[in-house]
Amino acid sequence: MTMTVAMPGRLPRSVMPVRLAILAAVVLAMASVPLWASGGSQRLLVEFMTYVALAQLWNLMAGYAGLISIGQQAFVGLGGYTLFSLAILAGVPPLLALPVAGFVAAIVAWPTALVAFRLSGPYFAIGTWVIAEVYRLGFAQVGALGGGSGISLPVGLVKTISADRGTRDSIIYWITLAACVAVIGCIWALMRSRLGLGLAAIRDDEVAAESAGVVTRRLKLQVYVICAGVTGFLGALIFLQKLRISPEVAFSVNDWTVLVIFMVVIGGIGSIEGPLIGCLLFFVLREQFSDWGSWYMVGLGALSVATMLFARGGLWSLIAPRIGFRLFPVARAAPRRPS
Amino acid sequence: MTDLLNAILQGVLLGGLYALFAAGLSLMFGVMRFVNLAHGDFIVAAAFGALLLVDMLGLPPLLAVVILVPAFAAFGYLGQRLVLNRVMGRDIMPGILLTFGFSVMLQNLMLEGFSANSRRLNAGWLDTASLPLGPFQIGFVPLLMFTTALLVLGGLGLFMSQTNTGRLMRATSDDAQIVGLMGADRRHLFAIATAIASGVVALAGVLMAIKTNFDPSSGSIRLLFAFEAVIMGGLGSLWGTLAGGIILGVAQGLGAAIDPGYQILAGHVVFLIILVLRPQGLFPRQRP
Amino acid sequence: MTNLLSVRNLDAFYGDFQALFGVDLDVEAGEVVALVGANGAGKSTFLASVTGLLPTRPGSILLRGANIAGEPAFRIARAGVAMSPEGRRLFASLSVEENLRLGATGGRKGHWSLEKVQALFPILKEKRRQGASELSGGQQQAVAIGRALMANPDLLLLDEVSLGLAPVVVRDIYESLPAIRAAGTAVIVVEQDIGRATEISDRLYCLQEGRVNLTGRSRQLTRDQIGAAYFGRARSAA
Repeated sequence: MTMTVAMPGRLPRSVMPVRLAILAAVVLAMASVPLWASGGSQRLLVEFMTYVALAQLWNLMAGYAGLISIGQQAFVGLGGYTLFSLAILAGVPPLLALPVAGFVAAIVAWPTALVAFRLSGPYFAIGTWVIAEVYRLGFAQVGALGGGSGISLPVGLVKTISADRGTRDSIIYWITLAACVAVIGCIWALMRSRLGLGLAAIRDDEVAAESAGVVTRRLKLQVYVICAGVTGFLGALIFLQKLRISPEVAFSVNDWTVLVIFMVVIGGIGSIEGPLIGCLLFFVLREQFSDWGSWYMVGLGALSVATMLFARGGLWSLIAPRIGFRLFPVARAAPRRPS
Repeated sequence: MTDLLNAILQGVLLGGLYALFAAGLSLMFGVMRFVNLAHGDFIVAAAFGALLLVDMLGLPPLLAVVILVPAFAAFGYLGQRLVLNRVMGRDIMPGILLTFGFSVMLQNLMLEGFSANSRRLNAGWLDTASLPLGPFQIGFVPLLMFTTALLVLGGLGLFMSQTNTGRLMRATSDDAQIVGLMGADRRHLFAIATAIASGVVALAGVLMAIKTNFDPSSGSIRLLFAFEAVIMGGLGSLWGTLAGGIILGVAQGLGAAIDPGYQILAGHVVFLIILVLRPQGLFPRQRP
Repeated sequence: MTNLLSVRNLDAFYGDFQALFGVDLDVEAGEVVALVGANGAGKSTFLASVTGLLPTRPGSILLRGANIAGEPAFRIARAGVAMSPEGRRLFASLSVEENLRLGATGGRKGHWSLEKVQALFPILKEKRRQGASELSGGQQQAVAIGRALMANPDLLLLDEVSLGLAPVVVRDIYESLPAIRAAGTAVIVVEQDIGRATEISDRLYCLQEGRVNLTGRSRQLTRDQIGAAYFGRARSAA
């Protein structure tokens, strides 16, 4: 019923500068938030942007590279724990530890992928979950990092960012914004490149992509490792803000993967706009229905089930054809409905 | 030494339960290349079903099985016909994401209905009864789990080799495209497979409810156990599934004997080692 | 009296690619019809359309006057159409006898039973417990035909039964054709070998690039006529 196709040709080429101007204006407006907004809304936006970035990364893996992972919490947790280890055990300033955390997550993702890639399709998804569980149970055994009950970031280390809480929040805000913009920008550029076409080919038909000369395994591995690295960086950022880490929270499948999957699926898998819309919807719904407790999660689950049954391209596939405009045109079809 | 042997023995018996967890997953994947991510949550749902029937309505546990198994099978048949058959196809993503949605829905519905408290089914004298075997005590419940696993797997094996429907399922596993040429309705065949898997899930759920504590969110870990048993045993091999379950049970038992914190971790690690060394599993599918 | 099979103006598509263009074809009860054509002419596509493996426009394929186009494969099979598919497609993990028994899933009554099929191809009885994939090519072909016969079809489709087989084996396979006809089953034979196709069939259709470009009584068509149709314009240009 809903088959959405990207329509790069529908708009004249001159629209591109307008589009970029709109995006630049949005980014600038977002960047000005710490100058006028309250600490509370600033923190909410940080959480929002973090989820946008996580959702974009998950979508890059699932929607383009065909890698459905239920184990991204492994890298959120690894990033967070790397930052805490470096800071607490080696006294590395947290801001310096952020990029290192991403790097470590990417390094660890390499052997992880070699194991997980032995499984395919649905079993790959569950395999990534098992591996994330191994990390969670493993970190719970590390006494120097608080074991199962977790550990806090010492105040002295936190103060190296800035003695003032407001300044600290602003710095974290800008880093998160930069990361989020960079993730979206890079994925957009990737999708418009030749490599992006290769990824689209994998997603549509792995066998055909293989015979067409796209080296699927290597490409998938690269996507997996890069996504893990960026996820690790975001994980470090998340726990730098929380100032406390524990295995249960750091490797939470619900927080870092289930919610992210719902956002991508409901918003629209296989597009850049979809996960954005999904995140927006999620945060709006959460503000409205947070009192509903588990019924709220039942609703999200039902929404994603309905999406898979009736509109596989998600909300964006229902919106895009009506407005005939794409913010991030990439010439990519949404998942097709089999006949 | 006796402790170690006892840990292994208990692990073997626990492996029977894991094989029951895994049998349905293995059957559905074999027939339709499909994995139900809510598999573990359905096991827990069956456990809560037993709790409802036995603890609250006062029925004997055996009667709970007689009610739950057909109920789950019927639900599985209808679920496959009405919902899951719509997401069967070459693109595996809709099926994965759909059942993932189910998993979260089911977990939270159970949370709403039964609270987050950890529960266990009281089976009366069965809980404590045991047989002495040399220096060991073999509990009735673990023995029951293991014999049930043997009976279920044996029954499935007979079904697969002796009935036309079973042969059609094996044929679907070989070449699903042309099974229609034999005059077999794939949608019905898939639904029968899901019905059988769901019946086994109900049985496994009731046994689990007697054996261990469970709570609404404990389905995920059961999915992981089932998955590990399937992969270690070798895809599509029924008796391999039992072997996979036993390896998992023994690994967990030995891990727990070293340190209770290592129980689950040991199972996962052994699984990953086998995955690296022998990705096709210990008993890859062969002609029965 | 309606034909057993009437195909009218059949188009078939793989995605955007059109493989058949307005094909008309008839088969009467008990008749053997040969379908010839070069590789890619659309022969297997035609069989996939008739058996329902490839969805087609309702109304374009009639079995005993009733529409079967657009129906799922299992309904068409139960209505009395069976096929020995290209490449044989046996179920590799099943034994020879299990493969044969699956053919009877539709439950149609008629001449053929396991004993009769085993009498037609004695090797199938001898090797009944062996895995289907352990057999030689010719034996596998016998299983594929036997499996189709087990359905007691009114119409049997044989797709490239001689592919990759030694001539003597092919002769053995085709020697079963009279017995199949005698049981009242009509047959469509897809065959690359024009000589053999004319020899075994009552009528012949030649497909070229998805269109029927020659049809007639097999005995009345000359080799040159068929050859010209088979190779199409490429040959007339030469």
